[in-house]
Amino acid sequence: MDGNRDIWPCRDFWPFHRLDGMETRPEDVLAAVRDPKYTYRQKVQVLAGLAENLLPEPALNPEARAALDARIICDMYEGHAPYRARYILPDYQVALRNGSSFLELPPATTLDEALAHLLIMYSQVPSITGFPVYFGDLDTLLLPYVDDTIDDDTLHRKLRLFWMSLDRMFPDAFAHTNLSPVDNRVARMILRLERELLQVVPNISLKVHPELTSDDYLLDAIQTVFACGKPHFINDVLMQHDLGPRYAAVSCYNSLKIGGGSHTLSRLNLKESVLAHGGDVESWFAVTLPYHVQLMGELMSSRIRFLVEESRFFESSWLVAEGLISLDRFSAMFGIFGLAEAVNLLMERQGRSGTYGHDEDADALSYRITSSIAQLVAEMPLPYCEGNGGRAFMHSQSGIDLDLGVTAGTRIPIGTEPSLAKHLRTVARHHHLFQSGISDILHFDETAVRNPEAVVDVIRGAFASGMRDFTFNLDSNDFIRITGYMVRKSDLAKLPQARHSSTWLGAGSVDNSHVTERALKRVVAHESSPVTTP
Amino acid sequence: MGASAAAGTGAGTGAGTAAGTGAGTGAGTAAGTGLVADFLPFTWVDGPGNRLVLFMQGCNFDCTACHNPQTIPLASTHARDWSVDDVLAKVRESMPYIRGITVSGGEATLQWPFLVALFTRVKTDPEFAHLTTFIDSNGHATQDVWDALLPVTDGVMLDLKALDDDVHRTFTGQSNELVLASIRSLARAGKLYETRLMLAPGLNDSDETLRATAAWLLAVDPEMRVKINHFHAHGTRSPASGWPEADEATREHYRDVLLDAGVQYLC
Repeated sequence: MDGNRDIWPCRDFWPFHRLDGMETRPEDVLAAVRDPKYTYRQKVQVLAGLAENLLPEPALNPEARAALDARIICDMYEGHAPYRARYILPDYQVALRNGSSFLELPPATTLDEALAHLLIMYSQVPSITGFPVYFGDLDTLLLPYVDDTIDDDTLHRKLRLFWMSLDRMFPDAFAHTNLSPVDNRVARMILRLERELLQVVPNISLKVHPELTSDDYLLDAIQTVFACGKPHFINDVLMQHDLGPRYAAVSCYNSLKIGGGSHTLSRLNLKESVLAHGGDVESWFAVTLPYHVQLMGELMSSRIRFLVEESRFFESSWLVAEGLISLDRFSAMFGIFGLAEAVNLLMERQGRSGTYGHDEDADALSYRITSSIAQLVAEMPLPYCEGNGGRAFMHSQSGIDLDLGVTAGTRIPIGTEPSLAKHLRTVARHHHLFQSGISDILHFDETAVRNPEAVVDVIRGAFASGMRDFTFNLDSNDFIRITGYMVRKSDLAKLPQARHSSTWLGAGSVDNSHVTERALKRVVAHESSPVTTP
Repeated sequence: MGASAAAGTGAGTGAGTAAGTGAGTGAGTAAGTGLVADFLPFTWVDGPGNRLVLFMQGCNFDCTACHNPQTIPLASTHARDWSVDDVLAKVRESMPYIRGITVSGGEATLQWPFLVALFTRVKTDPEFAHLTTFIDSNGHATQDVWDALLPVTDGVMLDLKALDDDVHRTFTGQSNELVLASIRSLARAGKLYETRLMLAPGLNDSDETLRATAAWLLAVDPEMRVKINHFHAHGTRSPASGWPEADEATREHYRDVLLDAGVQYLC
């Protein structure tokens, strides 16, 4: 992999993502120690990644090894010796209600105690990023502590400090909270604080239910998106159908079970899978695709077994001992990406010119690909995945900063997106297959600000059409959504130093995948169309 | 029912629909087809929420400031006849993303029998009855046309190009007498969703004009919703293609004047 070092423009920012497959060298450690752009905490994280990668990766059979080296399958550079699950969704309510012996906390009885206990708990929750990826459904967790004796000013003051603490203590855009589908005081205050503070952390998802979620509440959330790009919107009905009532979206749009999580996320590069295949389309479906799915299974099994059996995370974590998580609510995530390129390449092989998002036959081929993979994944047992009946969750992987020339997940390539109506119709049909998330990002222009009800209609329509989750960006604010997490444009300008480690990853994505060039979803009117498009 | 959609210039020109042919036949009769220039599955600027919009072919004004002058003639090789079912097939494709449909133009009311047929079907068919029906109009329509349309219409967006009749004639080739009557009548019926002011620098945008216009509108309805449409030269014909466009400061000034004049709902 050494040869690739020079084409990774961002490797200097986040070396432990980059050194996968390479033995850590003393000069790597020294370089990290001497690098002035890291904060102390960031430096410790880099050093931990380098130490982990002194070890060989978990054992793999030679075929899976070769596919990993060719990056047909990818372990997301999680590190060579998994010692904590990738995504962990503690049920914080358990510890608020019962207290914690590990943390020497009594049950929380007041709002102050609840806020303090939560911050204490977060400091002891791991994930792949080194920070928690889930803060709980904070309105639901805090509502029992907010009664009539707490007026709005008091609630504002207390929550404001808490909200600032989240951003300053856990400076990582993958740290995520969810809001209830039902309108409530705490959720409204959280939306207000988001508009006031304009922070990167926490990322937020609003659970939207066709009957329980009012237009007024949804409009408040949409106004918040106009200010800071958050929240993301998720289909409560579909999520509950697939994951049960206790679920949340964490990190950048990974929907998983509360009290559980995902051991690992690996992903299959569909573009590379097609490129590695010499034959025709039918033989790719019959032979190569199942083969690559099976190699993904090998990779995932190997990493899961190391985590559970070697690192013995579930035997040593206080989260397990005190009932905030349990192994039987965990599974793993089978990610795919590069669907667009795979479809277009397979069309070319048939001598046809249609492309994904613009041609009915190409779209039909895309649905055949995702449903074939879903079926193969459903037939492939994996160890310690009782959280999904012993199988992996399907996931449309929204990309990482070093992806070049390949489109995130099942998205339509940036810059070639069709009209909003066609875009939604094309992608919606994939969504039901991806229990653990498939975020589509739509780029809206200023006409949305003048007609936020239109956004309500699009969100409700998207979910009625079977979309699982949905996010939209507006050009005019300081925030830019990368693969699902937020970066402030003003922070990118300050690089190489960054308080939020996720900002470095964002810089890589801006360079590599042109996320700033998403086709504007300008829903035109006759006042400016068909002849003018500003 | 009189001569219907006014300005009867369309009658017998082969526009294929409405425009005159419906005169005296009243609402709800078989209206055949509508001549449609174009449609958009989603629009965010033609009424509340996300809507499907139909642009009808043919207009009874001849504004040089029109962005889509190809929709003015009553016949066009680009337009085609749509049946009510043709429209509903498109509406079905946009559901469940839309909260309603808007009929614009051209001037939609010229084809009012078709509109009545379409909206009546929307309001009576359970598949579509939840959708709202809006018209985007230049206001140059007689009371009997509105009488036919309003029972099946939820709201109208109406353009007021100029309060001064001479200026209006310069802009459109027609008097604004019917437009002002339409604004009063629709407001009284509770069906005037918003009035749109097309403002062109130096032509109809003086403070005095803006204040007089606001005063007239607020006398009709103190809670009138007013929207400013800024003149854009792109796509227009001479002489409008040479008119200046308002800069950001001028746009802000229009808002200040109208708000100061008492307009509460300004978009």
